[in-house]
Amino acid sequence: MTVEFFDGFLSSTDVFVRAIGQTLLIVSVAMVVSGAVGLVLGVALYATRPGNLFANRLVFGVIGLLVNVIRPIPFVIFLLAVGPLQRLVVGTTLGTEAVTFAIAIAAGFAVARIVEQSLVGVDPGVVEAARAMGASRAAILFGVVVREGLGPLVLGYTFIFVGIVDMSAQAGLVGGGGLGDYAIQYGSQRYDWGVVYAALVAIVAIVVLGQFLGNRLARAVMRR
Amino acid sequence: MAQSAAGDALVELEGVTKRFQRGSGTAVTAVDDVTLSVRRGEVLAVIGYSGAGKSTLVRLVNALEQPTSGTVRVAGQDITRLGEKELRAARAGIGMIFQQFNLLSSRTVAGNVAYPLKVAGVGRAERDRRTAELLDFVGLLDRAHAHPEQLSGGQKQRVGIARALATSPPLLLADEATSALDPETTEEVLTLLRRVNTELGVTVMLITHEMEAVRRVADRVAVMEGGRVVELGDVYDVFTAPQTAAARRFVRSATHDRPSPEALARLREHHPGRLVTVRVTDRPRLQQAVDAAFRDAGTGAELVYGGVGEIRERRAGSLTYELTGDDAAVARALGALRDQGVSVEEEE
Repeated sequence: MTVEFFDGFLSSTDVFVRAIGQTLLIVSVAMVVSGAVGLVLGVALYATRPGNLFANRLVFGVIGLLVNVIRPIPFVIFLLAVGPLQRLVVGTTLGTEAVTFAIAIAAGFAVARIVEQSLVGVDPGVVEAARAMGASRAAILFGVVVREGLGPLVLGYTFIFVGIVDMSAQAGLVGGGGLGDYAIQYGSQRYDWGVVYAALVAIVAIVVLGQFLGNRLARAVMRR
Repeated sequence: MAQSAAGDALVELEGVTKRFQRGSGTAVTAVDDVTLSVRRGEVLAVIGYSGAGKSTLVRLVNALEQPTSGTVRVAGQDITRLGEKELRAARAGIGMIFQQFNLLSSRTVAGNVAYPLKVAGVGRAERDRRTAELLDFVGLLDRAHAHPEQLSGGQKQRVGIARALATSPPLLLADEATSALDPETTEEVLTLLRRVNTELGVTVMLITHEMEAVRRVADRVAVMEGGRVVELGDVYDVFTAPQTAAARRFVRSATHDRPSPEALARLREHHPGRLVTVRVTDRPRLQQAVDAAFRDAGTGAELVYGGVGEIRERRAGSLTYELTGDDAAVARALGALRDQGVSVEEEE
């Protein structure tokens, strides 16, 4: 019985290993791209907030609106809706690359909010002290605010990592490759639950490992 | 300091008003038409209750706030008219410490002290040298590589002071620098501030609500109430002869030689005579003058309350006597004392 249960999985281990590799690729590329996009947007949101270092109602309003509109869209729908943009940038709406692009965009807006919140949490007294020292606004923003907010920022980034793994699995629905794709094609569509559970274990392992590393990094940054 | 020429002002506030707009059109006047100078080399304390406007006042000096009207000059430079770049240069010449220390938690103790030097474009070697020198001055050289969260409150404020002095500013602003500290640590930080003034010649503007801090370190004191400076004078004069109700309240909070209303009620139970209080100053032969006045007027005098100590190293205190004898004799005694310039008042 037990042996039979995993028969399908055992006969498709090469696909399984390739799926893990694809998931790791999608997740890491999406992490890097969304991290960069989110950092820029999040720092801009913080800095242009009314009364802040580079207060600018227009920039703050536009970015804020974009984040507020895009972030709550369920990813499966976002994945379909982003099609035209995918075709423009990646040249196709199918496959790993197209999916990675969509995830990076969606996650980028989520990262933006997390970056902003981490920075807003930085003690305004420290900003005042830096102003009193004669530091320039750019020096305060990057040398003080971003640096002071790095601990919560890394924790927030770890939180986003789980979301990105989730999105990468959902991308299996459009044949994006990775463990989600594997679980659907080789698992549920063939009523092979052994494959589904193997994919589940791999996904959980990736998430746990990622969170562990993120927490370690955050602790190192906060030096506690 | 004694050697500084009177009138040589490092900070000059002229007719300064700061109004804050609160939401729906209501304005709060935090600082109301204040004219005040800080003399080069002195420690000027600004005392007031919370909401008196003193923290806003000190933020006008390094332009963390812009005045609604009036001018603020530091070292002769009108700080309200500077561009961002010039303002940053001016701020390097004004150190500031805070109630909550405001240390950078992501940097070490040495990193905090070096930060203003980095901002000012000072090279690595000189930064390290200056940082070590300052940490030695505040007695924290051995904690150079610690992080702020590993320090006690008093140590944090000492790092704050070292950081504020990094660029060798002639002026230090201390905003409630001891208000978050326990009495012992307060003492330690106040002693350090006094050393900053006497050993390094730094002019200090000390914002506080504690009269004890004023007594320990200040040369002059400005009393603020409702956004205005209601009294200004040498610490000794304000302590021995406060002119306003606000100043009297603060003096009473730091001295215990005047009977409280409760103590006065208890005194009256046992002393039916008239209770008068003589202010003790460093006037020579004060005691002899008092004794002679009572004796010559023919009144009996019994010492019932009081104390004599020092304010800024000069004799100061208050003695309350019960005077017995007829009203004319008491009036003669009080008149004779006042003629000799002795401050005396009858307790109500």
